[in-house]
Amino acid sequence: MSNAPILSIITFLPLLGALLILMVRGDDAAAKRNIRMIALFATAVTFGLSLIPVALFNPGTAEFQFVERANWLGGVISYRMGIDGISLPLIILTTFLMPFCILASWQAIDTRVKEYMVAFLVLETLMIGVFCALDIVLFYLFFEAGLIPMFLIIGIWGGKRRIYASFKFFLYTLLGSVLMLLAIMAMIWTAGTSDIAELIKQGPTVFSRDMQFWLWIAFFASFAVKMPMWPVHTWLPDAHVEAPTAGSVILAGVLLKMGGYGFLRFSLPMFPEASQFFAPFVFTLSVIAIVYTSLVAMVQEDIKKLIAYSSVAHMGFVTMGIFAGNAEGIQGAVFQMVSHGIVSGALFLCVGVVYDRMHTREIAAYGGLVNRMPVYAVIFMIFTMANVGLPGTSGFVGEFLTLIGTFKASTKVAFLACFGLILSACYALWLYWQVIWGELTKPALKSIADVDRREIAILAPLVVLTILLGVYPKPVLSTSEVAVNALVESYNQANAAAGKTAAAAPR
Amino acid sequence: MMNAPLLDLVPAIPELMLAGGAMLLLMYGVFVGERSAATVTFASVVLLIAAAVAVMTIGGAPRLTFGGSFVFDAFARFMKAFAFLGAAAALVLSQDYLRREKVEKFEFPILVLLSTAGMGILISANDLIALYMGLELMSLALYVIASIHRDNAKSTEAGLKYFVLGALSSGMLLYGCSLIYGFTGTVSFAGIAAAVKAGPVGLGLVFGLVFLIAGLAFKVSAVPFHMWTPDVYEGAPTPVTAFFAAAPKVAAIAIFCRAMASGFPGATHQWQQIVVFISVGSMLLGAFAAIGQTNIKRLMAYSSIGHMGFALVGLAAGTANGVQGVAAYIAIYMIMTLGTFACIIAMRRGDEPVETIDDLAGLSRTNPMMAAALAALLFSLAGIPPLAGFFAKFYVFAAAIEAKLYTLAVIGVLASVVGCYYYLRIVKLMYFDEPKPAFAPVRTELKLVLGASALFNTLFVLYPAPLVAAAGAAARALF
Repeated sequence: MSNAPILSIITFLPLLGALLILMVRGDDAAAKRNIRMIALFATAVTFGLSLIPVALFNPGTAEFQFVERANWLGGVISYRMGIDGISLPLIILTTFLMPFCILASWQAIDTRVKEYMVAFLVLETLMIGVFCALDIVLFYLFFEAGLIPMFLIIGIWGGKRRIYASFKFFLYTLLGSVLMLLAIMAMIWTAGTSDIAELIKQGPTVFSRDMQFWLWIAFFASFAVKMPMWPVHTWLPDAHVEAPTAGSVILAGVLLKMGGYGFLRFSLPMFPEASQFFAPFVFTLSVIAIVYTSLVAMVQEDIKKLIAYSSVAHMGFVTMGIFAGNAEGIQGAVFQMVSHGIVSGALFLCVGVVYDRMHTREIAAYGGLVNRMPVYAVIFMIFTMANVGLPGTSGFVGEFLTLIGTFKASTKVAFLACFGLILSACYALWLYWQVIWGELTKPALKSIADVDRREIAILAPLVVLTILLGVYPKPVLSTSEVAVNALVESYNQANAAAGKTAAAAPR
Repeated sequence: MMNAPLLDLVPAIPELMLAGGAMLLLMYGVFVGERSAATVTFASVVLLIAAAVAVMTIGGAPRLTFGGSFVFDAFARFMKAFAFLGAAAALVLSQDYLRREKVEKFEFPILVLLSTAGMGILISANDLIALYMGLELMSLALYVIASIHRDNAKSTEAGLKYFVLGALSSGMLLYGCSLIYGFTGTVSFAGIAAAVKAGPVGLGLVFGLVFLIAGLAFKVSAVPFHMWTPDVYEGAPTPVTAFFAAAPKVAAIAIFCRAMASGFPGATHQWQQIVVFISVGSMLLGAFAAIGQTNIKRLMAYSSIGHMGFALVGLAAGTANGVQGVAAYIAIYMIMTLGTFACIIAMRRGDEPVETIDDLAGLSRTNPMMAAALAALLFSLAGIPPLAGFFAKFYVFAAAIEAKLYTLAVIGVLASVVGCYYYLRIVKLMYFDEPKPAFAPVRTELKLVLGASALFNTLFVLYPAPLVAAAGAAARALF
C-alpha cells in the first residue's frame, strides 16, 4: 500500500467521476439525480482518500513526501508529484470544500447538470494537481488548464453579466500566466532541470541576481493576478458576482490560494534575492489592498461583491505575511489561506442560501431576516465574525500571525495593515446589520423559510471547523511548521550569502 | 554527398506512387466519365495513405538521389507523412460536400494527388531547381482546385486571385534564386552553404535571400504576403479550404526550414532578422484582424496566418530545438485545423451550407458532441493546456527563449492572449447563447475526422513522447 501512487489517485479520481457522469444517458429527473450522486460520491471519496496522506504524513521533515515520478515529455520534463507541509493543508482544503460545492448546487443548478458536474470534477482534478505537481511544467499545465472549466462555469451558469465576467476572468489570468510560462522556459534552460525540488535547491545559486529579478517579475505577473493583488484584482469582483454559488466558493476558497502557494513554492525559495528586493513593493501593494479594498467593500450594494472585495483585503494579509520572510509571517499566511478558504467559502454559501430564495443579491432587498431565519442568523454571525478576525475564530489566528511576522520585518507596514482589521469590522458588521437586524418590512421576505436540513448539513461542518481552528490551530500549524522553517532558513541563508558577496565585491 | 547516385528511385517511391497513380486514375476517369468521381476519390485516399506508409517504411540513413537534388531524411519522412495524411483527410472531408454542391468531378482528387506529389518533391528538395519545381507543381494544382466551383463567382475569383498573386511570388522567388546562384555559383543547398561559409555574406546574396524568403512567406501565408489568404479561404469550397489549410502549409513550412537550415547556416544572423519580422507581423495580424471577422472561414484564414507566425518563432531561433518545435507545431496545427474544418463542413441547415460564426450559436444544446469536440479544438488552437496546441506553442517558445529572443517570445505570448479572445468568442456562442435551429445530421466521415482530431488534441498530453521524439529526429537531420 505504501507504494501506491496515492497522490495521483487523489488527483485523478474526480476525473474518473467526470467520465462516469459522461456515460449517464438521458436528461430526466432520474438521470440528474444519478449525476449528482456520482459527483457527490466522487468528491466524498476523494476527500476520504486525501486523509490517507494526512495520516501517513511525517511532519518532521521538510523533504517532499509521497513522491512519484514517471516519464512524460521526454528530456528533463517528467511527471513528478509530491507534497510537503505547505501544500498538504491546501490539498485538504480543496478536497474538503468540493463535496459542499456539489451539495450547494444540488437544487440551485437544474439546467445542464451533466456539464456542470463534469466541469466541477475536472476543476477539482486540476486544483489538486496544482498543489501536488513537483515538475514546473506539470504545475503550469494544471495551473492554466483550470481556466477552461471555470470559464464555462461562470459563462453558462452565471448571472446577468456572466459573459463579460467570464471573458475578463479568462483573459486577465491568461495574460498573467503566459509571462510565467516564458520564465519557466528560461529557468529550465538555465538550470537544466524542471524538477521543483531541484530548482528550490539550486535556484538561489544558479540564477544570477539580474535573472532572478526578471523571473520574479514574470512569476509575480501571474500570481498577483491570481491572488489577486491590488491593482490587478478587478476581475475578481466581476467573476465572483456572476459565478454560481459553488463557483464563487471554489474561486474564493481554492483558486485564489494558487497565487499564495505559487509565491511560497517558487518566488521565495527560488528567487530569494529578488524576493527580498521586491518585498517593500509587495508590502506597499498589500497595504493598499488591505486598506483601499476594505474601503471599497464598505460602499458595495451587492452582498457577493462586498465579500469579494473583502477577499482581496484578506489576501493582502497573505502576501504581506509571505514577504515578511520569517516563520511567523509565512505560517500565518498558510493558515490565513486555509482559514479564508473555509470562511469566505462559507460566506458565499450563506449568500447562496438567501439567493436561492429571493434571487437577488442586493443588500437593500434584505433586512430583518433574524425574525424569520434565526438559525441562519446565528450561522451567518459566526462567519461574519470569523471574517472580521474575532479571537476564537480561525480568521484571528491567520491575521494575528501575519501581523506579528510583518511587525518583525517592518513596523510601519504592520501599523498600517492594522487599519484593515478595523475597516473589516466596519463593512462586515454593517453588512450583517443591514441584512439580518432591523424590522422585517419587505413584503417579499414575509414568507422566507429558515435553512433546511440540507443547508444545515452543508454549513454546520464549516461552523465547527471555523471555531475549532480558531481555538486549536495546531493541526494546520504543526503540519506546515517544518517546511516553513526550512523555507525561511534557506531564504535567509541565500540572502546572507548574497549580502556577503555584494559587500566583498569591489566597487 | 558529391557521389550521389544519379538514379536511385527508392527515396522517391512515394512521389512516384502519387504521380503514377494520378495518371492512371486520370485515364480511368476519362474513360468512365463523370460517375467515376467517387471511385477515383476513394482510390486517391488509399493511394495517399499507401504513400504515407511508404514514407514511414523507407528507413535508414539520409539518401540522396537525382544527382543530389532530392534528399530523403528523417525531416522529409516526418513532414511527408503528415502532408500526405493531411491531404488524405482533406479528400475524405470533400466528397459529400462537393456532391451536394454539384461540383463533384473526378479531376479534383487527381489534382490533389498531383499537388501532393509536388509537396513531396518540395519537402525533399535539396537544391533551388527542385525547390522551384516542387513549389510550382504544388501551386498550379492548387490554383485550379481553388476555382473548382467554376459557376460560382467567389470561387473563380479566389482561384484567379490566388493565381495572380502566386505567380507574382513565384517571380520573386525565381529572382531570388537567380541572385543566389549568381553570387554563389551553385544551386545546391550544400554548395550554397559552403559558399556562404567561405566568405563574408555579400549584399547581393542577402538580396537574393530576401526574395527567396518573400516567395516562401507567400506560400505559408505569412505577413506581409498574407493578403490572398482570407479571400481564397472564403471563396474556395470549404473542403478545398481545408486542404489548403493543412497539407500545403506543412510542405511550405518544411521547405522554409530546410532552405534556411541547410542552405544558409552561415547566414543565420541575416535570415533570422527577416524571420523574426515576418513572425511578429503574422502573430499580431492573425490575432487582431481575426477579432472582427464574422465568417468562420475568414476567421480561420487569419487564425492560420497567426499560427504560421507562431511556427516561425521556432525557425527564428535558428537551432535544432527550434526546428523541432516547428515540426511539432505544424503537425499538431494540421491535425487541429482538419478537425475544425470537419466542423465547418458539417455546418449545414437544410441543404445549404452556412458559414457565419453566429450560426454556431447554442450548438452545445443542439449537438453536444460536435460542440464539445469543436470547443476542445478551439481551446487547443488558442494554446491552453492540457491540449495539444499548448505543447506546440511550448516547444517553439522554449526554443526562442533558448536562443535569447526574449522580445519575440514576449510579443508572441501576448499575441496568443489576444488571439484567445476570438476562439473564446466561438466557445461563448456555442455554450452561452440561445440555440439556433439544429444543423443537418453530420456525416459519418466528418464525425470520424472530427472525433480523431479532437481525441488527439485531448489525449496528446498523456503520451506526447513519440511525436516529440519524431520531431526531434526530424530537426536533427537538418543540423
